[in-house]
Amino acid sequence: MRRATTWWKTGIGLTLTALMLFPVYWMVNVSFTRDEDMRKSPPDLLPLHGTLDGYRAVLDQQLPYLGTSLLVGFGTVALTLVIAAPAGYSLARLRPAGGAAVSFVLLVAQMIPGIIMAMGFYAIYLNLGVLNTLPGLIVADATIAVPFGVLIFQAFMSGIPEEITQAARVDGAGPLRTFWSIIMPVSRNASVTVALFAFLWAWSDFVFASTLNGGGALRPITLGIYQYIGNNNQQWNAIMATAVVASVPAAVLLVVAQRYIAAGVTTGAVKD
Amino acid sequence: MSATTRSPRDRAAPAPARSRAHPARRLARGDTGRWAAWAFLLPLLAYLLAFYAYPLYRNLDLSLRDYTVRSFVRGDAPFIGLANYREVADNPTFVPAVTHTLVFTAASLVLQFGIGMALAVFFHQHFRLSATLRALFLVPWLLPLIVSSSTWSWMLNSEAGVVNTFLGALGLAPVNWLTSPNWSLASVIIANVWIGIPFNLVLLYSGLQGISPQVYEAAALDGATGWKRFWRLTFPLLRPVSAITLLLGLVYTLKVFDIIWIMTRGGPADSSTTLATWSYQLGFGSLLPQFGPGAAVGNLLIVAALAFGLVYIRVQRRQGGTE
Repeated sequence: MRRATTWWKTGIGLTLTALMLFPVYWMVNVSFTRDEDMRKSPPDLLPLHGTLDGYRAVLDQQLPYLGTSLLVGFGTVALTLVIAAPAGYSLARLRPAGGAAVSFVLLVAQMIPGIIMAMGFYAIYLNLGVLNTLPGLIVADATIAVPFGVLIFQAFMSGIPEEITQAARVDGAGPLRTFWSIIMPVSRNASVTVALFAFLWAWSDFVFASTLNGGGALRPITLGIYQYIGNNNQQWNAIMATAVVASVPAAVLLVVAQRYIAAGVTTGAVKD
Repeated sequence: MSATTRSPRDRAAPAPARSRAHPARRLARGDTGRWAAWAFLLPLLAYLLAFYAYPLYRNLDLSLRDYTVRSFVRGDAPFIGLANYREVADNPTFVPAVTHTLVFTAASLVLQFGIGMALAVFFHQHFRLSATLRALFLVPWLLPLIVSSSTWSWMLNSEAGVVNTFLGALGLAPVNWLTSPNWSLASVIIANVWIGIPFNLVLLYSGLQGISPQVYEAAALDGATGWKRFWRLTFPLLRPVSAITLLLGLVYTLKVFDIIWIMTRGGPADSSTTLATWSYQLGFGSLLPQFGPGAAVGNLLIVAALAFGLVYIRVQRRQGGTE
């Protein structure tokens, strides 16, 4: 009896999930559809007459954009970690007098709409002459991840047992030594989590890319898709193929990140 | 509740064991400790000043000056006070943009919260594959917005879109989702709700896990089941988590720009323009940029987002304190 109820619920669950993920399936389906079938009515629900034309177009036209996005993603990860990890350590373990105010500012900073930041950045970058440069875009993209990163590091590092750092202090380690040789190795999961999200957000960014890198030769993949939509309205298999490729890092990172987040705060040094 | 923004560990962390035995030594350590604390914080503070405060200041400055493309480059635009804000308020787009922002935000919140709640309750039951399916529900949230937006654009295409095919199969007339002023706002709301459901599901599910099973057992003894149990028990107990979910959703929905811009560019005829897309439209969306008014619209949006943001922080603090 009980078993039967469970299977019935699994059935509903599968249906709901299928409904929810239908757009994702449709993206994949359209990416394999031939040009001549694109406006067929009704459309093919399965890519039976599939073509790789869309993916060929990606290889021909989008590789430089993908490269740019990778560079921007890695740059954003590096910058975010360099700024957020020491700040999280300071707020969690060294507790400066104005620490609560800093945490408050970080919460507020996460709420500022991206386009407004973009407009300010545009004015500054125009005067500095760094529009359409990779470092310029990396610095702007990091604004999405830095506040989040500090808050994650802070939460994680304040959970590290006091005994560990105290032992280090007895051995004569200063704050820098403690940070580098004790706190950072223990905080690996926090670092991975922050890095994954920083990469994902930089990779997905459209607002900063379109305002700060719109005219240059070094455009990220989000702009590659956007220009596809604008320019050749007919080649939807190419657009959707690019979208599929642009989704791959997100999918891969989700699987990896889930494990790391689940590994959580408790795995660590003190076992007794 | 704190599971959403900070780890539960954070609360369990032992209080700092400061040595009270040697006041002199503690003082000395306190001094270097203070310097070290600020030294570690310095990169962040420098970054916040240079790349948060300064862009925001430049944005404010833009909104108070009469910029042309030329004076934008040379930086010598005359100060005109609040004239840009007056211009924005008198603009025929102002009222529609504000109305659409309100409708877009309210409709998105209600739908994604309602659906997210239903799914959270459903997935909270024990059945095979429950965890796996719940994880799959995260996918829309993780896709780059340009990917989801362009996929929805094509699905909602008037002639070849699969949504109209389904409508036709049900015997309904096709809808000009993106090209009719009557439907464009509904279209972007649908796409935004689809992206927002996972976020609501995750937060509300974590809230459900926080409710002790004993509460349900007691209710079962009293004969409360099904709907009655949800309305009398689950819903009131979830109120703190619901408040956080809704407020956070509100702050995020106010800033939505990518989806609308990519799907409709705020059109046709401003029928899906919100404050966010209007600001971008003014500043970057035309050949003759109007940075001053664009920045002014943006600042109005900041004020709205921050107002609700502060409410969110207050609610969260209060809940953290009572826990």
